Amino acid sequence: MEKVLMKGNEAIGEAAIQAGCRYFFGYPITPQNELPAYMARRLPQEGGVFVQAESEISAINMVYGAAGSGARVMTSSSSPGISLKQEGISYIAGAELPCVIVNIMRGGPGLGGIQPGQADYFQATKGGGHGDYHPIVLAPSTIQELADLVMEGFDLADDYRNPVMVLGDGMLGQMMEPVSFGGYQSRTPSPKDWAATGKTADREPNIINSLFIDPQELEDRVLHIYEKYEAIKEKEIQYETYHCEDAQIIIAAYGTMARVVKNVIGRAAAEGIKVGLIRPITLWPFPYDVFTDWAARDHVKAFLSVEMSMGQMVEDVRLGVNGQKPVYFYGRTGGMVPEPEAILAEIKKIAGGE
Amino acid sequence: MAIVFARPRSLTDAPFHYCPGCTHGIVHRLVAEVIDELGIQEKTIGIAPVGCAVFAYNYFDCDMHEAAHGRAPAVATGIKRVLPDRAVFTYQGDGDLASIGTAEIVHAATRGEQITTIFINNAIYGMTGGQMAPTTLPGQVTTTSPYGRDTAVAGHPVRVCEMLATLTGAAHIERVSVHDVPHIVKAKKAIKKAFTCQLEGKGFSLVEVLSTCPSNWGMTPLEALDWVRDTMIPYYPLGVMKEVG
Repeated sequence: MEKVLMKGNEAIGEAAIQAGCRYFFGYPITPQNELPAYMARRLPQEGGVFVQAESEISAINMVYGAAGSGARVMTSSSSPGISLKQEGISYIAGAELPCVIVNIMRGGPGLGGIQPGQADYFQATKGGGHGDYHPIVLAPSTIQELADLVMEGFDLADDYRNPVMVLGDGMLGQMMEPVSFGGYQSRTPSPKDWAATGKTADREPNIINSLFIDPQELEDRVLHIYEKYEAIKEKEIQYETYHCEDAQIIIAAYGTMARVVKNVIGRAAAEGIKVGLIRPITLWPFPYDVFTDWAARDHVKAFLSVEMSMGQMVEDVRLGVNGQKPVYFYGRTGGMVPEPEAILAEIKKIAGGE
Repeated sequence: MAIVFARPRSLTDAPFHYCPGCTHGIVHRLVAEVIDELGIQEKTIGIAPVGCAVFAYNYFDCDMHEAAHGRAPAVATGIKRVLPDRAVFTYQGDGDLASIGTAEIVHAATRGEQITTIFINNAIYGMTGGQMAPTTLPGQVTTTSPYGRDTAVAGHPVRVCEMLATLTGAAHIERVSVHDVPHIVKAKKAIKKAFTCQLEGKGFSLVEVLSTCPSNWGMTPLEALDWVRDTMIPYYPLGVMKEVG
């Protein structure tokens, strides 16, 4: 398969088009601007539509309308813009609409900065907007994986009629790597007979809605959504383990951070410390059981969560480890990336029993 | 026996939940009659607002979306871009459209989205119990302007049609009233013109309908109709604000 050198943000756009996405609604924000620009250039060539919305709020509501019309549709933004989209994401989850939302994270809170960050983990995985729901959250660590997960994201969104969030960071969005399209084969979505496309004489109106005034009806809707979540937890969890087999210390890291950690693992081995990595690829659902299983092994003495945040995923790592072994945290935030030396120093501290 | 009057096909038989004397029911009927007369029930997709008409999806017998507060024009944009041959309309109140949703309506209009907006202006927030709206008149008493709207504090009412008529993408902008039968007849003509404008691909169309809210105005239904005529129309003049031939 032919490989091309592409920026992460552009690879997302091409992957979406390859997955059959023909509608994109966006709003400018750094560091994801190459993605809307790519879609603005490519979608008209494919008979699709790009609209630059007046705000992130409008963009996500355009996604709501397009998804309710049965289309494969995507929007993208970065942290502050994703906060603005949360209202719409909650409605999309409540109305059970499929779509893909890309968050190329930067430092926060507030306007924050434009350098890469991972401080939107809570927002992405715990719901973000109001109410009982989760987006499916996919966290790639290479441009190839980014492209593959964007394509898979459209399938997952359609399979479960649930929003999918691809959670990258400014590093992943901006860097270039060789990528090929077609490694992941997109499925043709099953007919969307629930979509509001115009009521034909043979059926009742299709209504795209998240309003249920009768509390029992609303609870029933939420219970139905949570039944789907059980199926997602059973079938869709993805993760990578790296050098865990004889590890004394297992690091938890995702996305860009996991790349740095892989480099550190080699350096730790050279100094006689066996370190492994569990890299969650689905952040929701989180691979809790994987952590539980590794924590039960005698050779594993401790866990260390390394993040570009003040410690968010570490809470899920603790839930997985469930008190079996100590869980440590190391992170930098605001656009600062943990340096290999600093991570190695943390590893040595833990190995030394400090 | 010949049937001389019946429920429009594009309305369901669900009873309206609206208060006695509220004109939402009249406007729903006018929209449904227009959909019937244009023969577009199967290709019409409506967007309900947040506000008193939030349950519009129970009343219009066509495919519907329920939008978040103020976001109907953005939702309509998403629908119309995917399904350009359908007739897409939003039905929005004054809090929804002229307050929280100003960005959405202005930009849908200026993009020339091929959608139709039915804008109900009753100068108050109805569903939440009578708060000041962007369209509340100077001196008008509401729960959040209990001494009357003081323009020095709360600013001035928004004339939506006049504002949108300045935009190139807007093709048909008209304000009507439903306070008596002759005006109801005119209102229907305006709604039909707006839908026709969309079907002909001329651009964005909006009909503002001056309406009543007797419950929150503290009036009888008849007093409310008179108040529209005597108090609202002088501030919100009726007529076609923009029409692209």
